[in-house]
Amino acid sequence: MQKPNNNGNSSTLTPKDYATDQEVRWCPGCGDYSILKQVQTVMPQLGVPKENTVFVSGIGCAARYPYYMNTYGMHSIHGRATAIASGLKASNPELDVWVITGDGDSLAIGGNHLIHLLRRNIDVNVLLFNNEIYGLTKGQYSPTSPQGKVSKSTPLGSVDHPFNPLALALGAEATFVSRAIDRNPKHLRDTIVAAHKHKGTSLIEIYQNCNVFNDLAFDLYSNKDSKEENAIYLEAGKPLLFGKDQNKGIKLDGFKPVIVSLEESGNSTDDLWVHDPEDKIKASILTNFFDYDFNKGDLPRPFGVFYEKQRDTYEDLMKTQIDNAVSSAPIELDELLSGSNHWEI
Amino acid sequence: MNTQKPETKDEVVILFAGDSGDGIQLTGGQFTETVEIFGNDISTFPNFPAEIRAPAGTLSGVSGFQLKFGSIEVFTAGDQYDVLVVMNAAALKVNLQNLKKGGIIIANTSGFDSKNLRNAKYIDGENPLTNQSLDGYELHSIDITKLTREALKDSGLSVKEIDRSKNMFVLGFIYWMFNQSVDNTVKNITEKFKNKPDLAKSNISVLKAGYNFGDTSETFSSRFKVKPAKLPKGKYRNISGNQAISLGLVAAANKSNLELFYGSYPITPASDILHELSRYKNLGVKTFQAEDEIAAIAATIGASFGGSLAATASSGPGIALKGEALGLSVILEIPLVIVNVQRGGPSTGLPTKTEQADLWQALYGRNGEAPIPVLAAATPKDCFDMAYEACRIAVEHMTPVFLLSDGYIANGAEPWAFPKSSDLKPIEPITNVEGMTTEEGQLLPYKRNKDLVRPWIVPGQKGFEHRIGGLEKEADTGNVSYDPLNHQNMTKTREEKVLKIAEDIPEQQIESGPDSGEIVVVGWGSTYGAIETAVRELNEEGKPVSHIHLKYIFPFPKNLEQLLNGFDKVIIPEMNRGQLSRYMKQELEINIIPHSKMMGLPYHVEEIKQLIENELSHAKA
Repeated sequence: MQKPNNNGNSSTLTPKDYATDQEVRWCPGCGDYSILKQVQTVMPQLGVPKENTVFVSGIGCAARYPYYMNTYGMHSIHGRATAIASGLKASNPELDVWVITGDGDSLAIGGNHLIHLLRRNIDVNVLLFNNEIYGLTKGQYSPTSPQGKVSKSTPLGSVDHPFNPLALALGAEATFVSRAIDRNPKHLRDTIVAAHKHKGTSLIEIYQNCNVFNDLAFDLYSNKDSKEENAIYLEAGKPLLFGKDQNKGIKLDGFKPVIVSLEESGNSTDDLWVHDPEDKIKASILTNFFDYDFNKGDLPRPFGVFYEKQRDTYEDLMKTQIDNAVSSAPIELDELLSGSNHWEI
Repeated sequence: MNTQKPETKDEVVILFAGDSGDGIQLTGGQFTETVEIFGNDISTFPNFPAEIRAPAGTLSGVSGFQLKFGSIEVFTAGDQYDVLVVMNAAALKVNLQNLKKGGIIIANTSGFDSKNLRNAKYIDGENPLTNQSLDGYELHSIDITKLTREALKDSGLSVKEIDRSKNMFVLGFIYWMFNQSVDNTVKNITEKFKNKPDLAKSNISVLKAGYNFGDTSETFSSRFKVKPAKLPKGKYRNISGNQAISLGLVAAANKSNLELFYGSYPITPASDILHELSRYKNLGVKTFQAEDEIAAIAATIGASFGGSLAATASSGPGIALKGEALGLSVILEIPLVIVNVQRGGPSTGLPTKTEQADLWQALYGRNGEAPIPVLAAATPKDCFDMAYEACRIAVEHMTPVFLLSDGYIANGAEPWAFPKSSDLKPIEPITNVEGMTTEEGQLLPYKRNKDLVRPWIVPGQKGFEHRIGGLEKEADTGNVSYDPLNHQNMTKTREEKVLKIAEDIPEQQIESGPDSGEIVVVGWGSTYGAIETAVRELNEEGKPVSHIHLKYIFPFPKNLEQLLNGFDKVIIPEMNRGQLSRYMKQELEINIIPHSKMMGLPYHVEEIKQLIENELSHAKA
């Protein structure tokens, strides 16, 4: 092999070391810039040598991402990044594998591979840039666009019922389910770090503003005038609080989440729902805090880690099986070629 | 005691046929093993319905195991049967047309009761075993069910269990008929039922009862002897095409010091490769049963990027789904082996029948200019060599490689003088190309060696971080490029890289017949056996014709055109509508006489002979 360049090890790396010489070509003002920046910022803290890091993407605006990360990377074909990453990680478990995908890439054309990746629990980190629109093909509705969405391909409004990506992930037996937003960089960084720490498939749905084709789709959760009333940030072991001055909370009435005002007498934080990311039933309620059939905003939109559970990864189980087979029934190639039943002439 | 002296034969074709639940495949497999160990050459062809358990006794439920064994070299499982063993009326109805005139029928009479006759659609009341319609054949009606029950009446087994072993009676009887010993099967039964000694004992006693029935039954006069074949000295085993592909992949991984990663989605008739490879975990083989055909190849591409020897297999419909990903592997320039075990098409077509109609799919079935080398295996054992070659070319030329097989050779089996691992050609991954790092320290992942091959840079190597992708890339750097001239050059370079493989493959040989002359039959894939047998037989009859069999279809061996120019006429029989013929016409300046068979069945030797004879007589006229 050639002599390596002088990169230093990960502990001395800075975010700049993760940038490439390629010109970033997203539209000015695109939410992707923030996501790229947050990932580059946290990378040096993750303790992974740069040469062991691989970013795999499919097709779409987001999929350009690997070209901007000075790691190993593959910009593949539409919808298949999750499947390619599965083979990469299963074949080479030493690598730290990241998938960059969008709502079209992973929920339309690549929906099948996403659910199977989640159920297999292969240790890759999936950053799902959800902008509720097709950007690269210039403005058609996507599987997450709300019903009624007027777009290039739905001039009279979409009649499609959308996916709820995190409810889908839970249904597919995902072991790490989370949501973040491009306009909250600190929370996004924390979520990326948590996702990376999780051993198994980690899914972060990242609300990402497409300022050209679907501007302000998530304004409610990022605008300083509305976000406090409409976004709720989940923290393990903490009560579900939101609103200006954290003056509102969520209480469970049976399985039904209800908003309570802490300013009204008789309501106390002690009665509120305390977030437990290991509780799958509650995680399921959280993912369903909004239903597209109802008005947005009845309940605040949750952000953070909804659910996290440890489960054996596919590649570990595969390796254990192979190691056991190799040690319990070792065989040489020549024995395999001759088979157990051969004769001589 | 029957003392008749056995008649000696050079080769014999037997078909065992019955319900798919009659143990036909097992019977055929046991007979195969016994005559192989005895030293005969053999070719086998299992033929089963697509339905797992079609209704008992019906025409659609007939399963068959055809074999030809001989004291001479055997290349096909035979055109017509010398001996037809039928367990029921439906099996007779379906297969009688292929029994030789005067051939032997061994029929289980209890499979010809009124219900079976009705299921087999015989006209009311007519039983072919008794109505003289089989007078032109040597018919032996034996109540195999009754004799089996008789043999096991004291075994304590249930009637159902007893009836299940009636195939052993048939097998014992056929062993007697061909002067073969029951010993090997006794050994296998003992091994198979080592935890159920009762079943082992009963199966062995039925096997011996069948043998003794032949020995003591006065009515039966035919007995044959097929002497051992003069096969080259060496160690042999039996192998099917799908097994051979699996072993070829494992061997190639071993010889290239790479881990084998096999990503696949089950499909007939390729699934056996997945089954086979999943058993080799003890050799470190990683098998990945993907959620669909696209994921199978996508995971394989990921594994190849990750440094594994990566392979996938499917059949036509699955290969169609893999098309886009194939293009990705072309533009990435990573090693990948794609096996297509062809079956009848289009669409779902004939899943359990054989065809060669996916050649164009392999050559052209992608968007853009996406050249992929195409190899084709000729026989079951040849599947090993060609799978090994596909891996060698993929790794040493950084390219996806197609290997074509088909249902006939995938399931067919023959003796194989297996190689020693030390005799296999070494495989050297290209990890280093001169000038791939500039003096300034810039990495050039698409820098090429003299064969235009770029380096395989596996993630994990410090200082070699780089990005690859499906967008057109700039020469050397691999950066995205929309430059018009660059696209022109990269397209040409990828093509030239594949064409240069012609320098790295063996020259085309002539299988049989003179080096030049009037007629050459050119074949590819599983037509090998029928063409080779036909050409050899005609040569023996003093008719000089030749056989060329292509194993490297793209690129062609570099001497092919010159070789073909030595013949006046080139006949190409194919199980498609002339795909090789038209491809060759376009590549080489030669006249071709195409022939097409689209019946889901392999060519018969007689069909090929007829084809050649027609051209010979034309030539004379």
